[in-house]
Amino acid sequence: MRKEEYAKPSRSLTTSSSEVSRREFLKRIGLLGGGIVIYVSFGDISSRAQQLTDFNAFLRIGADGRVTCFSGKIEMGQGVLTSLAQMLADQLGVPLKSVDMVMGDTSLCPWDMGTFGSRSTKYFGATLRHAAAEARAVLIQMAAERLHVPPQRLTVKDGQVIDSQNTDKKVTYAQLTRGKRIERHLTQRTSIKPAFPHTVSGKATGKTDARQMVTGEARYAGDIRVPGMLYAKILRPPVHGATLKRIDSENAKKVNGVKVIQDSDLIAVLHKYPDEAQKALDKVHAEWEIPEPKVDNRNIFKHLTASAPPRQTVTQSGDIEKGKRLAAKTFESIYFNQYVAHAPMEPHTAGVHIEGKRATVWASTQTPFWAQKEVARTLGFASSDVRVITPFVGGGFGGKTRNQQVIEAAQLARLSGRPVQVAWTRKEEFFYDTFRPAAVIKLRSGLDRDHRIVYWDYDNYFAGARSSQPFYDIAHHRVSSRGGWMDGGDQAHPFRVGAWRGPGSNTNVFAMESQIDIMAEAAGMDPLAFRLANLTDKRMRKVLSAAAVKFGHRFAKTPSRKGFGIACTDYQGTYVATMAEVKVDEKTGYVRVERVVCAHDMGEVINPLGARLQIEGCITMGLGYVLREEIRFKGGNILDENFDTYELPRFSWLPKIETVLIDNPAMPPQGCGEPAITPMGAVIANAVYDAIGVRIFELPMTPERIKKAIIKG
Amino acid sequence: MMQAIHFKLNGKPVNLRVDGERRLLWILRTDLGVTGPKYGCGEGLCGGCTVLVNEAAVLSCQTPVKDVKGAEIITIEGLAKNGKLHPLQQAFIQHDALQCGFCTPGMILKAHSLLAENPEPTRDEIIQAMDENLCRCGSHVRIVQAIQTAAKQMKGGKQG
Repeated sequence: MRKEEYAKPSRSLTTSSSEVSRREFLKRIGLLGGGIVIYVSFGDISSRAQQLTDFNAFLRIGADGRVTCFSGKIEMGQGVLTSLAQMLADQLGVPLKSVDMVMGDTSLCPWDMGTFGSRSTKYFGATLRHAAAEARAVLIQMAAERLHVPPQRLTVKDGQVIDSQNTDKKVTYAQLTRGKRIERHLTQRTSIKPAFPHTVSGKATGKTDARQMVTGEARYAGDIRVPGMLYAKILRPPVHGATLKRIDSENAKKVNGVKVIQDSDLIAVLHKYPDEAQKALDKVHAEWEIPEPKVDNRNIFKHLTASAPPRQTVTQSGDIEKGKRLAAKTFESIYFNQYVAHAPMEPHTAGVHIEGKRATVWASTQTPFWAQKEVARTLGFASSDVRVITPFVGGGFGGKTRNQQVIEAAQLARLSGRPVQVAWTRKEEFFYDTFRPAAVIKLRSGLDRDHRIVYWDYDNYFAGARSSQPFYDIAHHRVSSRGGWMDGGDQAHPFRVGAWRGPGSNTNVFAMESQIDIMAEAAGMDPLAFRLANLTDKRMRKVLSAAAVKFGHRFAKTPSRKGFGIACTDYQGTYVATMAEVKVDEKTGYVRVERVVCAHDMGEVINPLGARLQIEGCITMGLGYVLREEIRFKGGNILDENFDTYELPRFSWLPKIETVLIDNPAMPPQGCGEPAITPMGAVIANAVYDAIGVRIFELPMTPERIKKAIIKG
Repeated sequence: MMQAIHFKLNGKPVNLRVDGERRLLWILRTDLGVTGPKYGCGEGLCGGCTVLVNEAAVLSCQTPVKDVKGAEIITIEGLAKNGKLHPLQQAFIQHDALQCGFCTPGMILKAHSLLAENPEPTRDEIIQAMDENLCRCGSHVRIVQAIQTAAKQMKGGKQG
């Protein structure tokens, strides 16, 4: 389960890795009484240069036999709290219930770059298995000496080491570690054998923090209370790029119990109740200089195309000119998608408590170690004197990586001399969100006389390159990218943009897999047969076939009027094939998604239940950006401020969702939090085309856009 | 205007002297430290702040505290009885009907009011009743299943 070692804010560690601080660290993680601790410094998580100490632990086996995993990753709903514990329990040979997880605490956990990109299981999990394998080896060695049995005769089960020839001869991990302190530091990746047979990993397991969530015990950043804490509401510009001309906060200052803080551009009202702070802030009178808007939802694509940096080649093969010459039929399309908000249900929140030269921070963040650095910089403290604790996080989806609210809370805690909580309103959340960038894809492709794709020229403006590498057999291809999802924010976009669940890929797969369907129709083939005819990648063929079997309908050449769609992708090693059935009301342009089938090959599956939940979540969330979600804006003015105009998917949108998990235990576990959202644009666009014979090139496919496309023919 | 306000919160009497226009959500979360009801939108558009007032689901971010004088208020913290979870809580765990958990208190309490009114809802009735409650993680499929399971359990008289 989730261990809240942070219940009481306590002293953080000193910076030097001297014996004193090492002792302090061991004390903090409760190891002075005995136990085993494994440190790891290799792999994806340990960028040594960034690590503050050389002794952050990966796992500890206490003298009571309880196992604790320390991970700089954070849990925000994606289920790694459970799946990582499963990997650890399995490799170590302990029951799941004896594992505690401490995640996203910068004073206890190994440095981590952040939680995004479906990387936690794939990279952290793999390293964790190493740590567990080492601990297991240590325990077996200790047991061998204690039981006078050669180590190769010993097996582990349920936290005990057992003599396989005489099962009465056994000793528990707790007995072995009591009174002893063993530290191991792994610096090299060695080949380890995954535990087999699996006892915990691979088993469908419900979220281990579910009970806390259904009882209200789960504490999110906004639920943390510190004595004397004030709630801050901050004056915001009406539009991005506005400058403050004049301010009058006299009326706000008259409100009982209010503290008004003004420090150059940071103007905030603090009160012991957040609603009272908001009321007082509303009394602040501010005049702004507002820049003329240059771009809006209509002209943004033209603007982006014109302001793009030079092309960078993502991948190429063969000779693009030769491919063009070989093509009997060529196809040219331009695909667009609008800006999309992350809109996690929990807005950005942070609390900061400064005591002397140390600070404790509770942050709703995907990047606690970046937050630590930012707070240290803001306060002029050493990083090691800033402890960032990541409590429950109410969704992130890539949007909680910049920590603006953490910096604001730190500044206000310093200026007010009180613990301060900053919790954004929904309007602030929409205003400061780092939107998924609007993007343009120009795509030219060609078929030879045998219906083989011989030519593919892909030019990407601002989506980001992920998943844009073709997986079909295309002899002559070139894939270029201009500006990624993090680039060009100041010049090209009128506000900040950033990674959004499946960054880049949502746009790329929409374009690529729409184009494939266009060519399938021209080839006179059904979209599944055309894909298989141009595909030798065995894994992709397998997921496509698995999805097709589950889908149960035959595809026909489009438009078949049945409303069937298909799309597939390779997302960072996870293969996905999705099929959908839609109904389109041609009068209103309204699309009803009736059914979605998704087959997923993510290598070894750690938690089948958690995996299905992630896939279902991807499909449901995906309906939003595909059908409705777009940020309406005029220059730096964000017109969507709440869920009345920005529509999220609802219960009434629900299609029937079926998931197929491909059994592929020989491949190490890949990611699962994002892959299945990425084919949603193409699978629905293809299904809409199959239903009504009209191709939609812009996301979201709102009823208005569909009606317009129908009229245009 | 400051006024004396009494109500019952999760079975215990509460006596306050507050501005009656303040919204119940903030009274609960800050004055009383009951953090189960969540702020998600502040305008009654997401359902995260849902609490039960005399068994009916109410959006606490839209409710002036003077309107709940003398009422019986239940938040997610008050749903389990003597450590025993309510069938809805059990069903949400059983179906893994949650991801980040932020919308969960509102979802469970909204479902609670539905089942109080309509103990045997059809799937369509569940969807209709829950439609104003937003979940960004996309746990909808399982939330519907959990409510169906809880409805069956409660009809069986196990708790209700």
